[in-house]
Amino acid sequence: MEPRETWVALSALQHLLFCERQAALIHVERLWVEDVNTAQGRLLHERVDLPGHDARPGRRVERAVRLGCQRLRLTGRADLVEYHPDGTSPTGWRPFPVEVKRARRKSEEADRVQLCAQALCLEEMHGVDVPEGALFHGAEHRRQAVRFDARLRTLTEDAVARMHELLARCQVPAVPRAPKCEKCSLESMCLPQVTAGQRRASDHLRRMVEPVEF
Amino acid sequence: MTTALNTLFITLEGARLNKEGERVVVTLHDEKKAEVPLRHLRSVVCLARAWMTPELLESCVEAGIHVSFFGMTGRFLVRVEGLPGGNVLLRRAQFRVADDGARTLEIARAVVVGKLGNARQFLMHARRDAVEERKPVLEEAVRRLSGHLRALERAEDLEQVRGLEGIAARDYFEVFPSLLKGEARRFTFDGRNRRPPRDPLNALLSFGYALLAQECAGALAGVGLDPAVGFLHEDRPGRLSLALDLMEELRAPVVDRLVFSLVNRGQLKPEDFKTEAAGGVLLRDEARKAFLVAYQGAKQVEVQHVFLGQQTSWGLVPHLQALLLARVLRGELDGYPPFAVR
Ligand code: SF4
Repeated sequence: MEPRETWVALSALQHLLFCERQAALIHVERLWVEDVNTAQGRLLHERVDLPGHDARPGRRVERAVRLGCQRLRLTGRADLVEYHPDGTSPTGWRPFPVEVKRARRKSEEADRVQLCAQALCLEEMHGVDVPEGALFHGAEHRRQAVRFDARLRTLTEDAVARMHELLARCQVPAVPRAPKCEKCSLESMCLPQVTAGQRRASDHLRRMVEPVEF
Repeated sequence: MTTALNTLFITLEGARLNKEGERVVVTLHDEKKAEVPLRHLRSVVCLARAWMTPELLESCVEAGIHVSFFGMTGRFLVRVEGLPGGNVLLRRAQFRVADDGARTLEIARAVVVGKLGNARQFLMHARRDAVEERKPVLEEAVRRLSGHLRALERAEDLEQVRGLEGIAARDYFEVFPSLLKGEARRFTFDGRNRRPPRDPLNALLSFGYALLAQECAGALAGVGLDPAVGFLHEDRPGRLSLALDLMEELRAPVVDRLVFSLVNRGQLKPEDFKTEAAGGVLLRDEARKAFLVAYQGAKQVEVQHVFLGQQTSWGLVPHLQALLLARVLRGELDGYPPFAVR
């Protein structure tokens, strides 16, 4: 029998770096949440004009590109991939992933990891090295180059491995309430005040049956 | 979870619903009647024979907007859903708990504690506003409910829990005539009856419970639970047993409270109902609309969620409770905490 296959969604990595429970609620428990999933879907179809994104001759831009990496069992879409002409590449092209962040950054590291994961997919799919990409922050109108160095690649592969583990075990880790919960789009579904065992249903039920006074 | 709680109720016979851009557009005989952005909606409820384009249906399913169709009397017909949400392992956990007598008993007991506890609070509030001569009747009913709540703690099996629930329901509905004020005393109420309801108050209760049951079913499906596999209510084909379980604690504070506030404020009168040849009672069209508007308004009202320690709105309560129930089944909580009215 084939081992049960799990695939990690590219988008899961930034969820994972933000909070393991968030990643598991979305990707294991499949809780539906408007501002994570559907907003992302809409973003793909939005035409974003990128400053610093000049129409240099020979440069190609592809949007909503489907990506996958068989080695890491990683799959998803890139908002935008630029293909730069490059004589040193065997194909004559060099893919350059650009991740568009509309909202204010939650975690820069998470964005870099997600971008690096796209690079890993592009390397496998095109058979060329992808040393660099860019993050574009919509709110700040700023484009920032990201180098995929050894440290970032290790961090990314470790995150993929951890996500595979959560998916394979169908695990939803219990995480105590933290300050970041305030910024979390899943807070209303995660109910972090309950998860870490801070509240007991039995006490609540006991209070509900207490006699009342007129 | 979305914070948009809006339900689009369709009461126009023959209405057509289609999608224009990111909006739902309702037309009747080519005349535009309403227009709502999709992102403001959480459900679409068709109470008249309406027609919806496949394109709109697809968008609703993708955006997690529940679509349901009811017959003219408020009888539920169909709910449209995409792939079941949530995790299949959560549903398996639900089935295992439903097969486990001891755990089923604990959840069923909690559900009835929620129902009686909130019914008691409803009567306590009514007593506060009641004229002196009515107070003893209401106090007696509260005392009885308190007794049943104590007995529940000692119930040893599901039959006892269900038995206590039945007795408590009779004690509760018995005082309903005492809740009517002024002009509203023209309404009569001789116990709960249904299928079909045989007086206006029962017709209102049935209509309200049918709407609430669908919201509970949608909330359960939304977190990935199977609305048909219940604990207090046993499985029966064609019945949304878990939705009925979830609804128990909300009947009094949501539907009963709304019904009495509408009749006591004179917004609904006995003339707003019609009686069929065989004695079944129906809301007239205007009354149905008035009820739906009030129901939608009630969902926006803020309440304190005692267990979670946060403010929320009535409309979100079924969803929060469904999430809490999922936590119980997943083993993250030591029992089911019903919503408690203060
Ligand atoms: S609310 Fe907190 S614990 Fe829950 S998923 Fe979000 S960040 Fe993680």
